[in-house]
Amino acid sequence: MIYPILRRFGQMLFVMFGISVIVFLIFFATPGADPAARIAGRNASPEVLEAVRHSFGFDRPLYVQYVTMMEKIFVTGDLTSFVNRGWKVVPAVMDSIPVTLSLVFGAAILWVVVSIVIGIAAAATRGSWLDKLLMALGLLGISMPVYWLGEVMNLITQSRYHDSWAFSWVPPLGYKNFSDDPKGWFLTLVIPWITLSILYIGIYGRVLRAAIIESLQEDYIRTARAKGLSETRILLRHALRTSLIAFVTLFGLDFGALVGGSALLTEVVFGLHGIGKLTYDALQNLDLPMIMATVMYASMFVVIANAVVDFVYILLDPRLRTS
Amino acid sequence: MILSVRDLRVSFRTNDGLVRAIDGVSFDLEESEILGVVGESGSGKTVSLLAVMGLITDPNATIEGSIRYKGRELVGLPARELRRLRGNEIAMIFQDPMTALTPVYTIGWQIAEQIRAHRNISKSKAMERVEELLAEVNFPNPHEAMSRYPHQLSGGMRQRAVIAMALSCNPALLVADEPTTALDVTVQAGILDLVRKLRATHKSAVVFITHDMGVVSELADRVMVMYAGRVVERGSRAELFSDPRHPYTRALLGSIPPLTGEKPRRLPAIPGSPPSLLRLPQGCAFGPRCPVHYEPCGAGKPDLGSGTHAAACFRVAQA
Repeated sequence: MIYPILRRFGQMLFVMFGISVIVFLIFFATPGADPAARIAGRNASPEVLEAVRHSFGFDRPLYVQYVTMMEKIFVTGDLTSFVNRGWKVVPAVMDSIPVTLSLVFGAAILWVVVSIVIGIAAAATRGSWLDKLLMALGLLGISMPVYWLGEVMNLITQSRYHDSWAFSWVPPLGYKNFSDDPKGWFLTLVIPWITLSILYIGIYGRVLRAAIIESLQEDYIRTARAKGLSETRILLRHALRTSLIAFVTLFGLDFGALVGGSALLTEVVFGLHGIGKLTYDALQNLDLPMIMATVMYASMFVVIANAVVDFVYILLDPRLRTS
Repeated sequence: MILSVRDLRVSFRTNDGLVRAIDGVSFDLEESEILGVVGESGSGKTVSLLAVMGLITDPNATIEGSIRYKGRELVGLPARELRRLRGNEIAMIFQDPMTALTPVYTIGWQIAEQIRAHRNISKSKAMERVEELLAEVNFPNPHEAMSRYPHQLSGGMRQRAVIAMALSCNPALLVADEPTTALDVTVQAGILDLVRKLRATHKSAVVFITHDMGVVSELADRVMVMYAGRVVERGSRAELFSDPRHPYTRALLGSIPPLTGEKPRRLPAIPGSPPSLLRLPQGCAFGPRCPVHYEPCGAGKPDLGSGTHAAACFRVAQA
């Protein structure tokens, strides 16, 4: 058990190394671009420009530049953006991580639980009005763009019906630290969680329903019936268990991407300064050090999420254990 | 009498019309008797036994007639009651052991699951019973086998596990749906030995579905031959093999290569192919392929009649 984990860990490091090299080359070794001028910012004095050039090693070979960059991100943590303003990149990323993680984790719990319930209910009553209703609602959830839904949510809970009994508990937009104010943390995130998860509830509910119905055609379901098991047990123990593999695959990809910054639209709509917002702003300003750091961070989460998915596979499907 | 099926009819509504998969099948089964059910694919042998098990879940199916198990009518029995019998008193072994077991649970877990569905015993007690059962079906190392997943076992071993599962609650009736078809010949022989031995120790009655006359001749006490959803001949094994009456039975027996004596240059085959259940020929369904076809065959469907050895054929009735 230890060896495959180590091997997987090695693969993760290798993939992250590859990503970092490619991103580095795109932003720092593009012919004709002067990364030093970018980092120093507009109207930088020649002295600042020279300092930047020296500090990032732009006057030395490319591999030294790469190593210097990685050292600044991972070892010393003193990567600085827009040197004339002196904004430290690593602390900025570190401050954004809890915001995004809170948003995505909460939404993920919500969408996994709700979509499993919906998928099972629809599969168990397939063909009935309940099934049709749930699948229609799922489609509706998939078709609502998250920025639109978020704005509608805000319109309802922040302005139009904010004073009614139903939404008076909703705090103003923004993020509250969990350690400072757990209740406030929870309340500010409820509406963003719902908004972000609705799309995924729709997708996952439909995917799970299809997978369960497919496994209900399998021979071993007939065996389970012949054993005299109850329909509930057949559904939950025999059909659901084998259907979760597609679900987990999808989850790993979506979760990794969201934590890596794809929750941008939700973050913007609800005024949450997470990784998505940070990356977006960095791209707007072509803030190279910040882009480098956020991309490294995002790739780390995508890679970790995929590794976790692989381990969950092994737990779910014993056939993968021996190979 | 453990099982008594009378005039069983199973039909499926399809887009192309009504398919009569089973059209008036009757048979009886005595305690610890082995009944061989023979027929080609689509002859209705599996469907009729799935009906007995209450395993026809297709909402487009209708089941008519009577299935009495120990005097109790099973047709129309509530699902709950039926479930209490299934796996407990009536157990089934399926054709393909590769797909008959849930891939994500161990053999031991799956057998114990069935025991605990019907007996109120602890998990560890159930596991002890599983080990006994696996030993009984000749697993070389039953304790180790319990923690194996289906994909870690060979086809023959999986079929043994399926049989152990079927036997776990001491069923009075065992339905085996081509349990040897997917296996190698040598493994087949082992499984047949096992079924025979288990019949002796558990006193279960067995319905053994197969298309292999060789298997029937080794195993069955009585034989029932099916064609296009009807029983065309029934009788004891000796009667059927020494004195086959229905032309279809004769043709089936004729297509087995003889072990002794001169070998025919070509094995005789039955001309044509089984009819579509949607468009059965007028009169006797075997008529168009029958070598002794004559006028009355096209007019009406021949009755099987009563008697222990009977054939549904106008020629036989005439003789």
